[in-house]
Amino acid sequence: MDWHRIRADFPILDQKVNGHPLVYLDNAASSQKPRTVIQTLSHYYERDNANVHRALHELSNRATEAFEAARKKAAHFIGAASEDEIIFTRGTTEGINLVANTWGTQNLRTGDVILITGMEHHSNIVPWQLLAQRTGATLKYIPVLDDGTLDSAAIETLLTEQVKLFAFVHVSNSLGTINPAKELIAKAKALGVVTMLDGAQSAGHMPIDVRDLGCDFFAFSGHKMCGPTGIGVLYGRMALLETMPPWHGGGEMILSVSMESSTYKAPPHRFEAGTPDISGVIALGAAIDYLQAIGLENIQRHDHNLANYAMQRMGEVPGIRILGPQSGHRGALVAFHLDFAHPHDLVEFANSHGVAMRGGHHCTQPLMKRFKVPGTTRASFYFYNTIEEINRLVEVLLLARMFFT
Amino acid sequence: MLSDDLRDLYQQVILDHSRNPRNHGELSPPCLHAHGDNPSCGDEIDVWVRVSDNGHIDDLKFTGQGCAISQASASMMTQKIKGKSKDEAAAVREDFRRVVMGDGSPADEDSLGELILLEGVQKFPQRVKCAMLAWRALEQALESK
Repeated sequence: MDWHRIRADFPILDQKVNGHPLVYLDNAASSQKPRTVIQTLSHYYERDNANVHRALHELSNRATEAFEAARKKAAHFIGAASEDEIIFTRGTTEGINLVANTWGTQNLRTGDVILITGMEHHSNIVPWQLLAQRTGATLKYIPVLDDGTLDSAAIETLLTEQVKLFAFVHVSNSLGTINPAKELIAKAKALGVVTMLDGAQSAGHMPIDVRDLGCDFFAFSGHKMCGPTGIGVLYGRMALLETMPPWHGGGEMILSVSMESSTYKAPPHRFEAGTPDISGVIALGAAIDYLQAIGLENIQRHDHNLANYAMQRMGEVPGIRILGPQSGHRGALVAFHLDFAHPHDLVEFANSHGVAMRGGHHCTQPLMKRFKVPGTTRASFYFYNTIEEINRLVEVLLLARMFFT
Repeated sequence: MLSDDLRDLYQQVILDHSRNPRNHGELSPPCLHAHGDNPSCGDEIDVWVRVSDNGHIDDLKFTGQGCAISQASASMMTQKIKGKSKDEAAAVREDFRRVVMGDGSPADEDSLGELILLEGVQKFPQRVKCAMLAWRALEQALESK
């Protein structure tokens, strides 16, 4: 792969920030967009813009066709059995909330257990807390070990038939841990437990096959994988989707409406009330095309090489503590704490050198408490990042050390 | 090679206060107390104040964790405010707020003393809340009963 040529597909990367070439290492928060995705958005608004599924005119036909083609692409992208299992959402967070508010409200009762882990993003904690409060169910957490992996002994005792739903993160946004999803889902399935995978950091970084993983629900966001912001996907296994009540009511999700009651469409339209983010969906389709042309295996390998190299080089910085797995078997991010600078001061310093990173609790406050750090600084990579950029990062960390000590 | 703005933000005196905070610790009762935090970044501060019957701030201390700006601001605040009346404290707080917000009005250097060094924050709007964290907690503590 010619990764430098691929990098040239991203217009935004070619700029200086505070007088230095931009080194964008905040990909776990949001990725950049290739030219093809940006052009798809403008092309749609310049040529095809109309509402979908309603009118019979030419523009509406084009918009509807491109919109539904993107649903097929998304289904293929994650190995779903049918495009009818693809629900467009605003992102991972909305996907999780949809499951909590439909399947969750319908199926959970007092005494039931919702099982999650100690390394979840707030978006995979709070919807379940709200659901537990509504239904009287109990929320339990699988503890995280010092090396950033899940406590497998605790899984044996916590994953019981009392558990109705097991939801966990595929790749941790704060630790980089890649959870053994297939194995964990198999354990849950053997007990009849419904499973939900938070794919925010895995989709677009590695091949995803929901049928091989065996999960019932899988949620991901478009903007973390070269797509626009505000669009995401919830995959649900059709056998479950069919039984679920609607969440939002409105146009597009009904078969018929009378003054007394309504009947609803089949999935996925049952869960897509109102005019959707049409341009976002179509551009997400373009992002999927783009990623598949590079190849998810290639991206995964490159991610892995970057993470490995970053782990080696960053380990050279005196006073650094890297959270999560100490091996290179991790997602494309390294979260760390430096004994000489608070994350916000470090991020400010790095920014003045053109390096974009995130500092703080990364929406995982319980995890920060667990590791007794107020927050961390996170360098997160994508396939357009280079070894030279990691060298630059290390150089800036060493400069920061001189500056702050 | 380092921008002047960044050097202004992290002056040696500020870094020194953040590394060696003055008046760090808790006061034992009777005293007023308030906790302040910035939920978006996780910075936290606790401020303890002992106010005499005639409304003077006889002692104040703080504990907390956060960035150099929030910790230095807290440390410098305790030095500046100790011995002042509640009204005087409120006036200094307002002067300081105007300086870090950079609202264009001339800073009262006599009133602020060393705190004027945090003027550099005005070039970094996202850090205003760091500089103000301890001051918000102080205000809350003084209003508490």
